[in-house]
Amino acid sequence: MNAHEPSNLLTGSPELPKSLEGDPVFAEPWQAEAFAMTVRLHEKGVFSWSEWAEALSRELYQPGRCADGSDYFDCWVAALSRLVTELSITSEAQLDHLTRSWQRAAEATPHGQPILLENDPAL
Amino acid sequence: MHDHDDHDHHDNHFPDMQARVKALETVLTQKGLIDPAAIDAIVETYETKIGPRNGARVVAKAWSEPDFADWLSRDATAAIASLGYSGRQGEHMRAVFNTPETHNLVVCTLCSCYPWAVLGLPPVWYKAPPYRSRAVIDPRGVLEEFGLTLPHTKKIRVWDSTAELRYIVIPERPEGTEGLDQDALTDLVPRDSMIGTGLAKPVGAGR
Repeated sequence: MNAHEPSNLLTGSPELPKSLEGDPVFAEPWQAEAFAMTVRLHEKGVFSWSEWAEALSRELYQPGRCADGSDYFDCWVAALSRLVTELSITSEAQLDHLTRSWQRAAEATPHGQPILLENDPAL
Repeated sequence: MHDHDDHDHHDNHFPDMQARVKALETVLTQKGLIDPAAIDAIVETYETKIGPRNGARVVAKAWSEPDFADWLSRDATAAIASLGYSGRQGEHMRAVFNTPETHNLVVCTLCSCYPWAVLGLPPVWYKAPPYRSRAVIDPRGVLEEFGLTLPHTKKIRVWDSTAELRYIVIPERPEGTEGLDQDALTDLVPRDSMIGTGLAKPVGAGR
């Protein structure tokens, strides 16, 4: 195991999809990035893992979830967003604003170029 | 077959969740709570452990079953989906087969053009600007940096992935593997061999 000691974190994340070797399974990179940011915020002491697990559980047990669990990381991102807004690190409005800005930046970036936030034409 | 597929230029699109994660990353970076290098380091610990096994199973099946290889060459999207591996955004797949004459190499833009469902997470170097630009200009030189020196008689084809069409390289089957079953063959297919920056492993080098 590496220095991030993810094993404890994994067992403390309900329903996390895992491989036979016990590693988390990500379908797309943003899922791994969301996972990594959460691990990092925990390492920095921004929240405890039990606070995290509680925030995640709240999202996971909302009505209307996909029966096959394919929206697991959607819940993860929702939980992370909620936790950082509750901790007043940012606001829901700021996250929404930045989300739209990144989408405009992606659309405005030609194929083959790195997508940068500065590429948002509305900035 | 031709070296570069035409691709349209409105293919940079961030799905909602991807944009949302970028938004979180931006604000957390601005606040000094995370730095992108630390996030990459955590992601990197997982990138090779997962995902690529799906692609390796596709390759092993293609080596073992000519009918499947034929299907894969005609309609990779359907052939790969038949194994239960398909992208959430329904992107199309194309399999490009290495031959004694031709080696295939896949490059991508820096956004979302990687067959996650089959190959797992992209390596950090794959997302770096120098890889893409240099792979197009000097593929032989890039391969040499990966420790892969190909004979000059071998042609190198470079395939540029888009968000709609993604490639998997089917490496050549190593010699002396006639008696191996698909599970054993799967162990001979590292991720890089399916991007084209490596080859399948020789027998005995499997895990």
